Amino acid sequence: MAEVTLEDVNKVYAGDVVAVRDMNLDIQDGEFIVFVGPSGCGKSTALRMIAGLEDISSGKVFIGDNVVNDLPPRDRDIAMVFQNYALYPHMNVRENMGFALKLKKMDKDEIDRRVSEAARILSIERFLDRKPKALSGGQRQRVALGRAIVREPKAFLMDEPLSNLDAKLRVQMRTEIGKLHNRIGVTTIYVTHDQTEAMTMADRIVVLKDGVVQQVDTPQVMYENPRNVFVAGFIGSPAMNFMRARLEKENGGYVASFGRTRIPSTAPRSARRGEGLGPRGLRRKGRRPRDTPGAHRGRHARRGRGHGRDERPNTVEVQPQVIESMGSEKYLYFGLPKEQAVHLDSVAEMTGDAGGDADGAGSADDFDEMLVARISAESQARRGQGVLLSIDASKIRLFDAETEQAIL
Amino acid sequence: MAAASASGSGRSTLGTVLFYVFVALFVLVSVAPLLWVFKMSIITKTELFANPPTFLPNSPTATSYGTIFGDERFRKALINSTIIAGVTTVICLFFGSIAAYAIARLRFRFKSLVMTLILAISFFPAVAIIAPLFLQYRTIGIIDTYWAVIITDTVFALPLTIWILVAFFKELPRDLEEAAKVDGATTIQAFRKVIVPLAAPGVFTTAILTFIFAWNEFLFANTFLFDADTQPVTVAIPNFATVYTVDYGAQAAAAVTVTIPLVILVLLFQRRIVSGLTAGAVKG
Ligand SMILES: Nc1ncnc2c1ncn2[C@@H]1O[C@H](COP(=O)(O)OP(=O)(O)OP(=O)(O)O)[C@@H](O)[C@H]1O
Ligand SMILES: [Mg+2]
Repeated sequence: MAEVTLEDVNKVYAGDVVAVRDMNLDIQDGEFIVFVGPSGCGKSTALRMIAGLEDISSGKVFIGDNVVNDLPPRDRDIAMVFQNYALYPHMNVRENMGFALKLKKMDKDEIDRRVSEAARILSIERFLDRKPKALSGGQRQRVALGRAIVREPKAFLMDEPLSNLDAKLRVQMRTEIGKLHNRIGVTTIYVTHDQTEAMTMADRIVVLKDGVVQQVDTPQVMYENPRNVFVAGFIGSPAMNFMRARLEKENGGYVASFGRTRIPSTAPRSARRGEGLGPRGLRRKGRRPRDTPGAHRGRHARRGRGHGRDERPNTVEVQPQVIESMGSEKYLYFGLPKEQAVHLDSVAEMTGDAGGDADGAGSADDFDEMLVARISAESQARRGQGVLLSIDASKIRLFDAETEQAIL
Repeated sequence: MAAASASGSGRSTLGTVLFYVFVALFVLVSVAPLLWVFKMSIITKTELFANPPTFLPNSPTATSYGTIFGDERFRKALINSTIIAGVTTVICLFFGSIAAYAIARLRFRFKSLVMTLILAISFFPAVAIIAPLFLQYRTIGIIDTYWAVIITDTVFALPLTIWILVAFFKELPRDLEEAAKVDGATTIQAFRKVIVPLAAPGVFTTAILTFIFAWNEFLFANTFLFDADTQPVTVAIPNFATVYTVDYGAQAAAAVTVTIPLVILVLLFQRRIVSGLTAGAVKG
């Protein structure tokens, strides 16, 4: 067990492909860290540099107190679980799991003890004498985990270990890996492109984009306070709604307005620092679907009735275009109406937070993206019938339209 | 195939028929000489010179085999062949697999140029270099030793060995050796304990091709080995025929005997080659 630290780590492939840029990260002893990001963002590269399977172009990697830049993988005392399991096909499960220990010249009894123990934890005792090809995907994945835990290494590195499993097994293995981590408490770095895995498993999440760390935080903090538009859009399911809005000074406070809807807002950071609002005062607003409807009647969608005719502030009427029932709740999809959309020709990509603080009526065919609200399963809302949603202004996040950074 | 020229509805049936006709012809043409030699080896001398020749043996006999196995020099030649081909194969596999592994795994410039150069070695006409080689071998004193032939065979067989092995190593998932390295293996250990066993089908294929090449080699052996004590069967058979001047039966028996180890080898390794050792290594 050990801390893992990255200091200004860069990875440049073949002269000019920068896969990881200036990565700094302090991973605590026993922490479960998840690297998440879209395909090609450099997650695997970062992990492989820690493993020693990839050279570090510049910067330092520490495992414990030692700089490991120049150590080969075998001297780093880390175990790795690969996406496609990478079990040795010519060895049976027992030999697969004991391989590392045998290389260490550990005595046979100790190897047997550790392998049996790991097999017991993972419930794979029955398969110990089988070859990998006689196992199912889930069983192979367990063996791969077993091969890592018998090592009792300083850290576990896992590169999308569940992505070859079917959805149900994935959820199950997710829990098992979580339990395993609680039990043995080894520092774990887990790579995935699935934000749900990140949210459910991580102590802290590292969001990467184009080789650059976007944010490092606990799942809750990241969900509530994404630092930029990318993180906001990546974390959370369904994804945050974005709407373009204009931020204006009003009566000493600020108001974010889009269409006819006006939402009071606390002062943006930059304004507090006495700076201007930036070009034309344009802001993107992001808002979680879950905070959407009925915010004034109750904080969460599931309690909101989703439709009603009160004339409270921060309410918007929308025309649902699709309503998906998820069983325990419903997703209500709607677009922003044309006549309410703010026309900002130069800032095409500005969007507004919709998830609920949407306003609207009519169809929104000038928006290709639908906005989503999570509403109660009991809601009577119907397709094409106006629904009044109210917005919890405290859940709105403002992002600068140009820098895409959070400003609230 | 020929079926393409056929027209209309009968096309596929006709195609199938033609296909099998061609297969049958092909098999017949390639196997006929062997069968003929085999027939020659089991008939009597009288029948051997019968005119017109008999198609099927009248009274099969093992006399010819008795003759060759009764001959000390033939038995010795068989052993020599085994040693020469065996050692050549082992050396080729050892160096070939190391080189092929490096070529398959490392990223370096001019890789394809290197591969082409390696292959170019085997384009050299053997006859062109045989005289200089002879002089050189005589200088270092290895004429009339196995090494003269083993070294030369190795040089000529190695390019093919490397090419085949590179193809096999490239097929092996990189993850496996990375897993081995993370598990604490050195590069050599990862190679020996993971890569080589997995590449076994490829290694066997290569081994058998190399062995056949060395086993059948005649030119170098005939040039570098004068002493009957070191000569392989390929050289011994013609010699042997001069002693039993017209004993074509014995010669045929020798030819059959020399072919049998190869047939056995192929059958033996074929099973391993198709066994698909890598199944289950990775998903799919
Ligand atoms: N050997 C290589 N040579 C050149 N570029 C590479 C190499 N390996 C990766 N890259 C590039 O580096 C970037 C990061 O790759 P990496 O494999 O780390 O992505 P990833 O985040 O793991 O993606 P995925 O989710 O698809 O696995 C990509 O743009 C990729 O094309
Ligand atoms: Mg990856």
